[in-house]
Amino acid sequence: MHFAILQFPASNCDQDCVHAVRVLGHTASYVWHKDTSLGAADAVIVPGGFSYGDYLRCGAIARFSPVMQAVKSYADQGGLVLGICNGFQILCEAGLLPGALIRNRDLQFHCEQVHLKTANGETPFTRRTPAGRLLRIPIAHGEGCYFADAETLTKLQANRQILWQYCDSDGGLTEKANPNGSVLNIAGIANERFNVAGLMPHPDRASESLLGSEDGRFIFESMVESFLQRGTPVAA
Amino acid sequence: MKAKIVITPKKAVLDPQGKTVQNALEHMGYAGVTGVHVGKYLEIDLAAGTDRAAAEKALHEACHRFLSNPVIEDYRLEVVD
Repeated sequence: MHFAILQFPASNCDQDCVHAVRVLGHTASYVWHKDTSLGAADAVIVPGGFSYGDYLRCGAIARFSPVMQAVKSYADQGGLVLGICNGFQILCEAGLLPGALIRNRDLQFHCEQVHLKTANGETPFTRRTPAGRLLRIPIAHGEGCYFADAETLTKLQANRQILWQYCDSDGGLTEKANPNGSVLNIAGIANERFNVAGLMPHPDRASESLLGSEDGRFIFESMVESFLQRGTPVAA
Repeated sequence: MKAKIVITPKKAVLDPQGKTVQNALEHMGYAGVTGVHVGKYLEIDLAAGTDRAAAEKALHEACHRFLSNPVIEDYRLEVVD
């Protein structure tokens, strides 16, 4: 399976994403933000970083890069798109995911391991995560507080679009386990069709035991399984 | 001609910066402060001879699409000579 990893000015986790994909035995290539084609991509990853210096708002400028038109068409046709950290912010700014990410509630940058509970295990991003298994994955962000208005939250809950929530080691959705003040402890969500997802934690930094956890693999492996079962190629 | 744009967080959105600044003001002895909201101010210089009405229309669109995020922010816009 071939992953396209986007690169914006000041993306800095693109190499981590390429490495994680290769460690899993798949292929990956970089797609520069000015390219208007994604190439032969079986899935797209929008990586973490500080695209455009987080100027104006995180992801606010990156969402207008030429490549994002191709990503939008790709997503409209059902292609798999995963946004990690700044990637999640870019997808929200682009309107490919609902809501927004704002400054962490305590105004601190949080760089730490968190526990994630999988709230919907039946999606292309979660299907390979064993039921009940908490994921240990690192976060590194200053603007990771997920916000959506009441109407949007109701829809997200009704549709089961919330994919991952911050929890404690027993799976409890406590305030203490929430590093940034995200509403409902939301760490990541999907769109209505479940082909686009975004999360603030870094599965790209949790795919090798050397880095302390391999739990991130479940997310990538879910995408692989979903793609292989799909059968129909999506034009890139 | 220039546009003056003020962007503020929506009331429903948590504003920890505002709260922190409010706490600091209170600690410094400024009494009677019941709220602080931290926003952004933009000044956009426009070419001389620009049609004012057209500029306002375009700027509102720019504010809605890009300069502010309607999910979390409100904006107000003023074009001055």
